[in-house]
Amino acid sequence: MLTLKCPYCGVQACETELSPGYEAHLKRFGPGSSDDDFETYLFTRPNVKGVHFERWRHAYGCGKWFLAARCTTTLEVFGTYSAQTPAPPAEIIEAIKSKRPDWSPET
Amino acid sequence: MKRYSAFAIAREAANYHQGWERAWAKRAPKKRYDAIIIGAGGHGLASAYYLGKNHGITNVAVLEKGWLGGGNTGRNTTIIRSNYLQDPSAAIYEKARSLYETLSQDLNYNVMFSPRGVIMLAQTHHEVRGYQRTAHANALQGVKTEWIGPERVKQLCPIMNIEGPRYPVLGGLWQARGGTARHDAVAWGYARACSDMGMDIIQQCEVTGVTSEGGKVTGVQTSLGDIGCNSLGIVVAGHSSHVAEMAGFRLPIESVALQALVSEPIKPCMDVVVMANTVHGYMSQSDKGEMVIGGGTDGYNNYTQRGSFHHIEETVRALIETFPMISRLKMLRQWGGIVDVTGDRSPILSKTPLEGCYINCGWGTGGFKAIPGSGFGFAELMAKGYSPLTAEFGMERFREGRFIDESVAAGVAH
Ligand SMILES: Cc1cc2nc3c(=O)[nH]c(=O)nc-3n(C[C@H](O)[C@H](O)[C@H](O)COP(=O)(O)OP(=O)(O)OC[C@H]3O[C@@H](n4cnc5c(N)ncnc54)[C@H](O)[C@@H]3O)c2cc1C
Ligand SMILES: [Zn+2]
Repeated sequence: MLTLKCPYCGVQACETELSPGYEAHLKRFGPGSSDDDFETYLFTRPNVKGVHFERWRHAYGCGKWFLAARCTTTLEVFGTYSAQTPAPPAEIIEAIKSKRPDWSPET
Repeated sequence: MKRYSAFAIAREAANYHQGWERAWAKRAPKKRYDAIIIGAGGHGLASAYYLGKNHGITNVAVLEKGWLGGGNTGRNTTIIRSNYLQDPSAAIYEKARSLYETLSQDLNYNVMFSPRGVIMLAQTHHEVRGYQRTAHANALQGVKTEWIGPERVKQLCPIMNIEGPRYPVLGGLWQARGGTARHDAVAWGYARACSDMGMDIIQQCEVTGVTSEGGKVTGVQTSLGDIGCNSLGIVVAGHSSHVAEMAGFRLPIESVALQALVSEPIKPCMDVVVMANTVHGYMSQSDKGEMVIGGGTDGYNNYTQRGSFHHIEETVRALIETFPMISRLKMLRQWGGIVDVTGDRSPILSKTPLEGCYINCGWGTGGFKAIPGSGFGFAELMAKGYSPLTAEFGMERFREGRFIDESVAAGVAH
């Protein structure tokens, strides 16, 4: 069973308390953007096999959205953080690198 | 290849069954092939088979990182139906269903196609309207389905409680020629026929890279070395995004876990397939007597072939309301597969930005039923650059806003 710590209320929440929201840090494109950018934003996903940044909502708790870094091949969770961040914070990147030395944020 | 027949059994029995040959040959990869298919699931093997059978292309290799049929093809609940809402879907799924009718004879391999009938239950008024609409659409598409009332549902499946407290059965969409087939046999039957045409089926050969020159595919890198090819078909279901990345493009796909479970075997109690989409559960009885049960997908990206426990719990809870008699059954086995889900819940059979490279994926939770039709159309696409069966399923449809929107009609596991 997947458990994630809600960064707002500090609860170690089990997945039945949470709603998944797929990829985090999506760069949004609106009217006037190129077809490529719009398609990428709406549909094409890296769907990473490995370290994945994703959105979750503490649906049956405080109700807030937060973000998590998780490995899709082992289900290991590297950490959770506030949704009000455009990119993963330094301590999350560090936590990932300590477990996955070959990983770099670009891949 | 020695043909299987009653006569062959008698002949081999006289020989103490020492004379049976391998169903498919084990060969090392050649340096180069006309076509390479990545992934020896049902869709990859069927694609190779129809490349040879319909288009005379037999210098083909099918590369599989694990074992043949060990992906979703060997993990699904084997429901076959073609009662889809949109015309392009009905065309390809009905092509598949109709090929299943004679597949055992065509392959000389018993795939145990059992057209026992599939009921999709309507348990809310929205579903009633939705399925009546599908029944009308199917009439226009020439797919034989029928809207039936609750009494007829009860008649077809007496063990069902149609007066469930939360979700009473209000009727159903009935496809009498839908049913099930033996999943492994579909993979094995196609593999045997491919091998017989001289194709190489190479297991434990993982593709790790795609090579190209001037925007055209030239081959693949694998755990068994580099192999060249003129055209490449990527048919790897849950791993599609990963392999597409090697070929330099991205897909509108998320990979998630879908689970199934079977009970201890019991005496025959149900001779149709029942799907209950509102409560996310479906069930049929296997020839061995096990109740075969499936439900909805997990909601997060996953490549582990393991799913979340609470989904099993939800599925079983939902089914117990509709089938009270299963409440004391013991469950024997549970497993998961990684399914490739697109935004409109329809597959992608398409050319790709890399010339000579084609992709067949996005079958998600419901592609077992489509294997023969998908292989038929995809082989034509690879051989001729166009197939009427696959024309609407190009990956550019997302950019162009031409969805084949089955997510309203079939957004759950099936
Ligand atoms: C639990 C469950 C229940 C289901 N129930 C039904 C149902 O009732 N009815 C229905 O119609 N459908 C159902 N489905 C869906 C169906 O199983 C799939 O859509 C279908 O089997 C996909 O077949 P495939 O050949 O595309 O993929 P797979 O059978 O998964 O084959 C892909 C193959 O590619 C190989 N591969 C991956 N990466 C590489 C690589 N890099 N190099 C070499 N090989 C690679 C994999 O090892 C795998 O063997 C269900 C699925 C699941 C998981
Ligand atoms: Zn919270």
